[in-house]
Amino acid sequence: MMTTMTTGEKPAISAAQPGNQSASAVPALTVKNLSVFFGKNEVLKKVSLDVTARAVTAIIGPSGCGKSTFLRSINRMHELVPEARMTGEIRLFGDDIYARNVEPVIVRRRVGMVFQKSNPFPTMSIVDNVTVGLRLNGMRNRAVLAERTEQSLRMAALWDEVKDRLHAPAISLSGGQQQRLCIARALAVQPEVLLMDEPASALDPLATAKIEDLILELKKTYTIVIVTHNMQQAARVSDHTAFFYLGELIEFGPTAKIFTSPSQKRTEDYVTGRFG
Amino acid sequence: MEHFDMELDAFKQKLLAMAGHAETAVNRAIEALTTRNYDLAIQVKQDDEIIDRFEVEVDDLAIHLLAKAPLATDLRFVTVAMKISQNLERVGDEATKIAKRARDLSKEPPLKINLDLPRMANLALSQLKAALDSFVHRDSAAARALVPRDKEVDALNKQINRELTQHMMENRDSIPRCLNLMVISRSLERIADHATNVAEEVVYLCEAQDIRHMGKVPATPAQA
Repeated sequence: MMTTMTTGEKPAISAAQPGNQSASAVPALTVKNLSVFFGKNEVLKKVSLDVTARAVTAIIGPSGCGKSTFLRSINRMHELVPEARMTGEIRLFGDDIYARNVEPVIVRRRVGMVFQKSNPFPTMSIVDNVTVGLRLNGMRNRAVLAERTEQSLRMAALWDEVKDRLHAPAISLSGGQQQRLCIARALAVQPEVLLMDEPASALDPLATAKIEDLILELKKTYTIVIVTHNMQQAARVSDHTAFFYLGELIEFGPTAKIFTSPSQKRTEDYVTGRFG
Repeated sequence: MEHFDMELDAFKQKLLAMAGHAETAVNRAIEALTTRNYDLAIQVKQDDEIIDRFEVEVDDLAIHLLAKAPLATDLRFVTVAMKISQNLERVGDEATKIAKRARDLSKEPPLKINLDLPRMANLALSQLKAALDSFVHRDSAAARALVPRDKEVDALNKQINRELTQHMMENRDSIPRCLNLMVISRSLERIADHATNVAEEVVYLCEAQDIRHMGKVPATPAQA
C-alpha cells in the first residue's frame, strides 16, 4: 500500500521490502510533528514519519527542503547552532531523545553520523581514527580496542585494504577509503542508527558503488537514514523514500513506488527532473 | 522544452511512425485479400522490413534514454514504448502472413463461401487504431474499455474456423484455400490480441497499474 501524507499526519510505513527479511515491525525512529526553527524561519514543518528498523530510508528533495535538518535533528546536532529550536517528538526505539534527562552525547552514541565530505582526524592514524570515540568514552582495554577496530573496519569493508598499515596516517587513504574509515569510526561505538548525509556525493562511481554495497550490508545490522541528491542511488539502496519540499514531508512510501509511480505531482515532477 | 523532453518526444514520434506503418500494412494486406491483388500482397511482404527496422531503432533509442535513468512517468513511458514497439512488429508479421496467404489465394479461383472476414478485419483494425489513439492521448479509460472487446474478435475467429471446417468437409478441393483463410482469420485474431496488449500497456503508462492477466478488467482504476 502506498502511503501519501501531508504534514501533521502519521504515515503508516508499508511492510518490509523483499530482501529485507530481518526488518523489524517496530520502528527504530518515530518522528511526530517535528518542526525545526532557525530564528523565526521554520525549516521543518510538522514532519511525522516512522523509520523502519534494519532498513534503509532515503530522504530526497531539492536544496533547502529541510532534509539535512531532519537528519541532524535525529542526533540533536542543532543544539550546537544558536537560535535553533525544535518542537515535536523523536523517539529512538521508544526513548524520547529530547527528554530533559537525556544527554546529547548519549544520543549521538546511539545515532552515528557520516557526512558528505569525509572528515577523518588528519593528524591521527587509521586505527586511532576508528577508536577515537571509544577512547573518548573512557575505553582503555587494548584487547577490546583492537577487536573493535578490526570489527568496525571489516563492517566498513576497509579491513583488507588497511590491515597492514593501521598506523599510517588516515589522510594517506583515498577519498573513498577515507569515507569508509569515517563509517568505521561511526560503527566503532556500536550505534543503533546510522545517519548518512550525501555520503558518496564527493566520490567517483567505483568508490560510490563500494559505499552503496556497504550500505546494503550494514542494513542487516543497523537502521540507516540517508540523505541523497542522487535519485538512482536512493533507488538502489533504500527500502523507503521520503520526499521533502520547503520543509514539508510531501510523500513517503516504498522506494519502488516513489520512483515508478509517485502519488503526488510534486514528487513526480522532482524525480523526473521537471521541478520548478 | 528541456533536452530530455525533446528526446522523449522524438522517441514518441518514432514509435508513432512505426505504428502508422503497421496499420498501413494491415490495411493493405486486407485490401490485397479482398481485391485479389497479387502485387499489393508482395508489396506488403517487402515493406515488413521497414517495420522491423523501426523496432530496432525504437529499441536503440529506448536504451539511450534508459541510460539516462528516467524515473516515474518517464520510466514507464520508455518501457511501455518498447513493449508497444514489439507488439507493432508482430502486427507487421501478421500483416505479412495475411499478405502471403492473399498472394496464394489470388492465384486460385475465388472460394464460394460467405465468411465474416471483412467484419473481423474491420474490428481488428479499429481495435489497433483505438489502442494507438489511447496511447497518443494517454487515455486510460479508452484503453480499459478496449480490453474486453478482444472477445468479439476471438468469437469471430472461432465462428470462421467452424464454417471453414464445415466447408472443407463438404468440398475437399477447397481445403488448401480454406486453410489459407484459416491462417488469415488467426492472424486477424492475433492483431486484435496485440491491440489489447497495447491497451494494457497504456493503462500501465497512465495509472501505473498492471492489468495484464487479470481476467475481467474494471472500467476504472482500483482504489488503493
